[in-house]
Order: sequence, then structure tokens, then C-alpha cells
Amino acid sequence: MDNSMTSRFTAKSWLVAVAFAVMAPAFGAGWEPTKPVEFVVPAGTGGGADQMARLLQGVISKNNLMKQPLIVVNKSGGAGAEGFLAIKEAKGDPNKIIITLSNLFTTPLATGVPFNWKDLTPVAMLALDQFVLWVNAETPYKTAKDYLDAVKAAGPNKFKMGGTGSKQEDQIITVAIEKAAGVKFIYIPFKGGGDVAVQLVGKHIDSSVNNPIEAVAQWRAGKLRPLCVFDDTRMPYKTKVTETMSWYDIPTCKEAGVATDYVMLRGIFMPGGATREQVDYYVDLFKRVRETADWKKFMEDGAFNTTFMSGPEYTKWVEKAETTHRELMREAGFLAKP
Amino acid sequence: MVELSALFHGFSVVLTPFNIMLMMIGIVLGVIIGVLPGLGGANGVAILLPLTFTMPPTSAIIMLSCIYWGALFGGAITSILFNIPGEPWSVATTFDGYPMAQQGRAGEALTAAFTSSFIGALVAVVMITFLAPLVAQFALQFGPPEFFSVYLLTFCSFIGMGKGSPFKTLAAMTLGFALAAVGMDTVTGQLRLIFGFTDLMRGFDFLIAVIGLFGIGEILLSMEEGLSFTGKTAKIDPKIVLETWKKLPRYWLTSIRSCLIGCWMGITPGGATPASFMSYGVAKRMSKDGDKFGTGQIEGVIAPETAAHAAGTSALLPMLALGIPGSPTAAVLLGGLLIWGLQPGPLLFVEQKDFVWGLIASMYLGNLAGLIIVLTCVPLFAAILRIPFSIIAPVIIVICAIGAYTVHNAMLDIWFMLLFGVIGYVFKKLDYPLAPLVLALVLGDRAEDSFRQSMLISQGEVSVFFSNWLVGGITALSLVMLFWPLISKVQSRLRAG
Amino acid sequence: MKSDNEAPAGAGISTRTMEMVVAAVLFTVGAIVVFDSYRLGSKWGSDGPESGYFPFYIGVLISGSSIVNFVQALRAPRATDTGLFVAWGPLKLVLTVLIPAAFYVLGVKFFGIYLASAVYIAIFMVWLGKYSWLRSIMVGLAVNVSFFLMFEVWFRVPLYKGTLDPLQFIGY
Repeated sequence: MDNSMTSRFTAKSWLVAVAFAVMAPAFGAGWEPTKPVEFVVPAGTGGGADQMARLLQGVISKNNLMKQPLIVVNKSGGAGAEGFLAIKEAKGDPNKIIITLSNLFTTPLATGVPFNWKDLTPVAMLALDQFVLWVNAETPYKTAKDYLDAVKAAGPNKFKMGGTGSKQEDQIITVAIEKAAGVKFIYIPFKGGGDVAVQLVGKHIDSSVNNPIEAVAQWRAGKLRPLCVFDDTRMPYKTKVTETMSWYDIPTCKEAGVATDYVMLRGIFMPGGATREQVDYYVDLFKRVRETADWKKFMEDGAFNTTFMSGPEYTKWVEKAETTHRELMREAGFLAKP
Repeated sequence: MVELSALFHGFSVVLTPFNIMLMMIGIVLGVIIGVLPGLGGANGVAILLPLTFTMPPTSAIIMLSCIYWGALFGGAITSILFNIPGEPWSVATTFDGYPMAQQGRAGEALTAAFTSSFIGALVAVVMITFLAPLVAQFALQFGPPEFFSVYLLTFCSFIGMGKGSPFKTLAAMTLGFALAAVGMDTVTGQLRLIFGFTDLMRGFDFLIAVIGLFGIGEILLSMEEGLSFTGKTAKIDPKIVLETWKKLPRYWLTSIRSCLIGCWMGITPGGATPASFMSYGVAKRMSKDGDKFGTGQIEGVIAPETAAHAAGTSALLPMLALGIPGSPTAAVLLGGLLIWGLQPGPLLFVEQKDFVWGLIASMYLGNLAGLIIVLTCVPLFAAILRIPFSIIAPVIIVICAIGAYTVHNAMLDIWFMLLFGVIGYVFKKLDYPLAPLVLALVLGDRAEDSFRQSMLISQGEVSVFFSNWLVGGITALSLVMLFWPLISKVQSRLRAG
Repeated sequence: MKSDNEAPAGAGISTRTMEMVVAAVLFTVGAIVVFDSYRLGSKWGSDGPESGYFPFYIGVLISGSSIVNFVQALRAPRATDTGLFVAWGPLKLVLTVLIPAAFYVLGVKFFGIYLASAVYIAIFMVWLGKYSWLRSIMVGLAVNVSFFLMFEVWFRVPLYKGTLDPLQFIGY
């Protein structure tokens, strides 16, 4: 298996060489994809990661940032494990990239699927996704404190928190809130963030920790109310989203008395064994994507934290995030039984 | 009548030569997508999405929604001709559509399918036009217990109608449930029934099973009969369309019933697949010729097709009004809206009037254009059956393999498809019914999820399924459906006595 | 059911045997499901059913109904009366499709969908359809070139290229 891989790889690099000899020398040194690039999304269609991937696909083809097309492929089986394992197996194939969400860490920890981010080559962090505590706008709770006091007063297992998936980011945050505020929710897992928001509008659940983009439409329509954001600083966007509020007007949960912060990585990885030139190509590509107006608008609509990282800085961030997740999941009792 | 003037404004936006050309291209592409089991509507829409950025959003969404219509129409073609459902919601169409084609009535079946698709979609569009805000409100009533009761209703309206051994039905259905359970359990995040094989993690997709059970299984069966369909003499008379149309008004009640089921399932969002099954089941019970269903009854084509399209169309409503997609294809369209800077949600109808009414107007026109295109091609499609078996059989197997592969881009799934083919062959010969198996496979995990979510909400109280008029009503209706044979027996006995 | 008048009576697999085999296989499947569900926890917990609750009972139902089916087959009259599941002649025909199909899938694994499909279609036509080699190869190629254009070029759906990837030079 390994042998065929390497021979396949050398054949490919030989092809690259030929391709370059044929192409105009103006392109100079550096690597470029030789065939359509497969962009793996380890989540289903319509979710946050999928939306971002399809936006990237659109932005890249609209602005002609790549010669080869980018093809989005959803591999959502086993909470994304299917997608990660596919990239792990594609070791040395530079024509595949994957966008990650927190399941990069949570899936292997919760299920014991043999996979770790170290099997991949980190490329770049595109953004960090925030989490906001939402309640139905018809409820009387104006602040996170009001709400959590009510939850506390009602006793354990009375209020329902909805979230995406089980033992993943939404449930981790829920457990963190429970610890910080001394309350107990009933956590109800749904398939996607959009479902959760609608269930909250329909009052089938009492609160959610949706990402901004998943709930913004309902917020603007006056159906949902944001209580606090799980980050140490407020979101920077000061343009009014509703008639009275901007993202910046949402207090942090720390201000509201619940010291919980959690952000989710929206980053790009490649299969293991990628060369420096290959990684540089994609880093450069995403840098150019960040310059486009469409991307900037998407970032603002979804109130993303637009931190960009690549290279060792990014790797270090990922390492730290993994430790944090292991810690959080151990505390919550979500680690896979050996 | 604010809606009417808005709609006419919408028509004026849509009716430009450029947009009409896009509609035609969209329909043709959509039909191709619907015919090939490897390409879903979501594929087509997703792939063409980037191409549409150079157009104004309204033109782009017109083209994309026409692909969606085309795919809905196209799904019926392979189901009827080869017993291979191109899309999941076409499975129920095979039950009577394929026998019809076998009897040389392919043209009739296709015409019935296309026409009822059109009617289903049209009714749903009318509903979207006038009732959008109201309907969106109704969709919000659906929490986990309501979803479960809807799935229960689908099962109950479908089971208990087979004629064969009840234990075989039970075995087939529970096998479907077991296959549906393979993979990750959404509620606890545990991996089930995979025995350490990471390849099983993605579970058994419904399409792979269906392609194998129906498509490959059918080829094996016809092979056994000795290369039997060597060029069926399918009538390719263009008049077949008109002749079939003369028969259709007879089934108006079935159509209305199926439209209602479809619209309802599309909004909730149960989706087109359960809608088609439920509608078929209900039609079989209510029809005078219920016993003959499965042998090539035109009613058995009308019912699922009408419902599937009504559902497929009304599924766009929750997407526009609430931002939740009712189907994977709608999910991709949703992504498109975001890229164009249109935020689906309650305000879309207020802030983007041009766009929304342009889209709704294009639903009317796209559907009509689609119907005209596919109907003119009916003789052409029917003529495919004239190709000799020894050419068409390997091509079908190749198409099936491609279809199985593209579901998850997994080589192993092609092997599973072949295995399902053998299972389909053996089951069919031993009178194990395939429909309950398929239904359990497609709805099994969703039903289980919503049941367990309901249990979490109620903290283990089963009475949650009777907690309000909506869920209580649906649950009660399902129970009536389940015991229908008994009830009708008692009824007839009372009448006799 | 379907009777095979051309085959001599008694030559083939009897329906009864096949019924019993299928019931036995399904029983095993059910048992496996029960086993794994038990491992996952199949009780009704404080907040509803555990992971294995439903699969457990589903497994029980599969096995249970299979036992009934098995007994029914066993009690049925002798094989000659219930007829044949399939006679040897038709079975051979079925296998002439099934076995090459299995080889085809194996071919897909190594050579990818396009190449394997072209070869498969051509051989099928020559072997079972008695077409000329030239015509068969033309059809095989034409079908697959059109699939290639449709999937890879037009809709940009990458299909399986095989572990050996012989068509790599095209650049897809």
C-alpha cells in the first residue's frame, strides 16, 4: 500500500514537472493543483461548514483565483469521521483539502475513531465562529442572568437546551454553562443548526447556543433574542443588524456573570505529507479570498472573528485547542470508553 | 389580493427572453440529473451555483429552480422504464409504473407521472403564493413529538396492506430498521452496529439499497427468464399523451388527496420521500381497485408522483420563510441565497420582493415549461425500451454502480449495491416484500431520533404523543390507519348484521 | 409462482431449501444486532431509551420472525410440491450476469469506473448479445466518454479512478 502510494506520488510530481514545462514559464516557481481540487466538508449540506465551503467555492470561481475547479464533497458520516478518515487515507495527495469544525477534536475523542489532527497538514485558520446564547423573543428574559436565574429557580431538568449533535461543541458549551452557573439543562440534540433555531422559534426548546449565522435571520425578524456571546471580548461589528442592536451590543457571557468562552475553528487542512510549496499555494489562495468583498460580507453577516493564521502559529493554536477540548470533554464525561 | 398584483409583477420580472432561455436550459439539465441516479438535484444545483454568479440573482435562481423542477420530473423516467428510482422519492412510482412499462404501457405511465407531477407542483405553488405566512406559522408547530407522529402515520398508512405472510413482512421491515440503525446514533453520539469497521460508519444509504434491490434485482430476474425484454415493443405514438389525459380526470379524488399529503409533508418538513410512500399507501386503501395496486394501476403512479412534487415544491417554502431547508437540494439553494447576499428568513418576503415573487412566478412558468418539454419527449423515452437487453443491461449496471458510488464517494458501496441486488432477487422470488424494507430504511433513523428527542423533552413520558391537539390527532389517525383492516371488517359485519 | 416448464422437474434449488437458508441468514443478522445492542445498552433509561434500545428489539423481531418463517418452510410439503426456487438452467443465466458483474466491480476497484465500465459493456455485448467486437467496443467507449464528459467535465462530480488510476494522464 505504502509503496504504491509513493510511486503514485512520484508519477504525479513527474506530471507536475511536465505540466510546468508545457505551461508558460511566466508562472515561475511554486506548486499548483494539477487536477480539480476536492474540498471535503465533514458535515452535511446546509450547515455552517457547508455554507462556508460553498461560499469559498463560489468566491474562488467568481474571481478566478484558481485554474483548476474546486469541488465541494460532503462526507458527514460518523459525525464527520468519514471525511477526516478520507483525508487521512489520501496521504500525499495535494489535490484534496478539508474544512474543519470542532468535530476535528470532538469526534475522535468521543467515538475513539482512529484519527488525530496530526494525521493532517494544517494550512490556515480562516475564521473563528462564535457561539451566542439565544432565547425566544417572547420570553421575559432580557439578560443571561435573568435566564439562568430562572433555570436555577425551576430546578434541574426543567429547561431544554437544543444543540447540534451529541457530545459536540453545543453540548460542551451547555455543560460549561451548567458548571459555571450551577444549573442543569435537558440537552436535546438535533441534526443541524438551522433546525435548532426553528425549534427555538417554535418554543419546543427554551434556549440554544447557535452560531450567529444560524440564528441571525430569526433574530432580525424579531423571533429570537441573543443574551450573551461565549467569548472574552464582544463581537466587533457595529452595523445595526436589527432596528436597535448590532452584534457589538451583545454582552459577553463573562460580563453577564457566566465565565464561559468557546470559539470554533473554521480552518483548512490538507492530507499528511504535503510539501512546503503545496501548503504555501493554499495559504496564498485563502489570503486572496480574504481580500474579496463577498468574503468580507459573509464574515460580517455571520459575525465571525476574522483571525487569520497559518504556519507554526496555526499549528500551535490547534495544539492548544485540542488540549482544551480534551479537558472540557473529560470534565463532561464525554470521552470514549477505551 | 396583494399577492396577485405581486405575482403579476413577478411574471413581468421573469418573462424576458434571457430568463426563458435559462429556464429551458435548467429544465433539460434537471431532467438529465433526475435520470442518472448518480446525480442528485443537490449536485446539479451545487455545481452550477458558481456559474450563476455572473447573472443577476433573480435570473440565477430561476435557472437553479428549473434544474430542481427538471430533476423532479426526471426521477420518474428510470423508475418507470427500468425499475431504478433516480431519486429517493421515485421509489413508490416503481411499484406500478414499472409493471405498466412491462405491459407495453410505458408511454401511458410516463404521461401520467409527468402530468400528476405538474399538478402536484402547481397546487403547492398556489399554496405558496397565497398562504405563505400562514403556512410558515404552521410549520413552527412541529417539534420532535409531532415529527414522530408524522413518521408513525407514514408507517401505519403503508403497512398492514401486504397480502403475503405477515412474518415475512415483519422480517423485511425490521431488517430495514436494523440497516437504518447502522452508523452514528445522533442522540448519544455512539457508533452502532459497525463492529470496528470504519467503512460502516456512514451507514447504509437508502439510495444504494434501492438501486441494488430494485435495479440490479430486476436485471437478475429478467435474466432468469432468459433475456426476456429483448426490445419491448413500446408504443411510441405521440397521441398516447392525449389518450392518457382522457383517462386522468377519473382519478381527481386521488389527485386532491395526494396534493394535500404532499403539501403537508413538504412544509413540515417530512419531505418528498415519505410523502410519496404515504400517498401511495393511502391511495391503495381508498381506491376501489386497491387490491390490484402493484400490477400496473395508473392510480398507483398518479398518487406518489403528485405527492412527491407537491412536497418537493412546498419544501421551498420553509426554506424561504424560515431558513430551514426541507430537502438537501433546498439546502444547497439556501447556500446560494446566502452567497447572493439574500438572507432566507421571515424578512425575505418583506425586503426582497422582486426576488421572492420572481422566484414564485418562475415556479409557475418553470413547471409549465418542464411539463411541455418532458411530454414531448415521452415517445423518445419510451423508445429506450426498444434497445436490446444485451446492450441496455450492462449500461444499467454501470449506471447503478456510478449511482451507488456517488452517494458517499465510496468504492465499498458498489459492493453493497451488488449484495443488495442479490437480496432483492432472492426476496422477490420468496415473496418477502421490498417496500416495507425500503420505507424502514429511509425513515427508521429519523423516526427513532424524533422519538428519543421527544422522550428527552418529556423525560420519559410516552404521553407526550397526546400532549396537544396536533400531535394527538396525528397519533390517533395513525392508530386508526394501523387497525384499518380490522375496522373495515367490523364495519362490514355490522352492515351485514 | 413462476414455473419453469423448460427445466426438468426436480433439477434445481427448491423453494423450501431457499426459504430455510434465508430464514437462517436473517436469524443470524438479528442475533448480531441483538448482541451489539446489548453491548451498547438496551434499557429504558431515566430520560428515554438508550442507544441500543430500539436495535435490540428490532434484532429480536428479525430473529423471531425468521424462526417462524423457518418453521413454516420446514413444515411445508416436500420440495417437489412447493416447486423450485430456481432451476439449474435459469440459475446459470443469472450467474452469467452476476459473476461478471462481480468481476466488473473488482475491475472498478483497480482501474476505475470509466475503464472497467467500457470493458464490461463491450464484453457483455459480445458474450451475451453476440455483437461484433468492433460494435461492442464502440458502444462501450461511447457510453463511457459521454459519462466522463457528463460527470467529470460538466457536473464536476469526481468518480472513482481506481487504485491504479490508468487514466491519470487526462488530468482529472
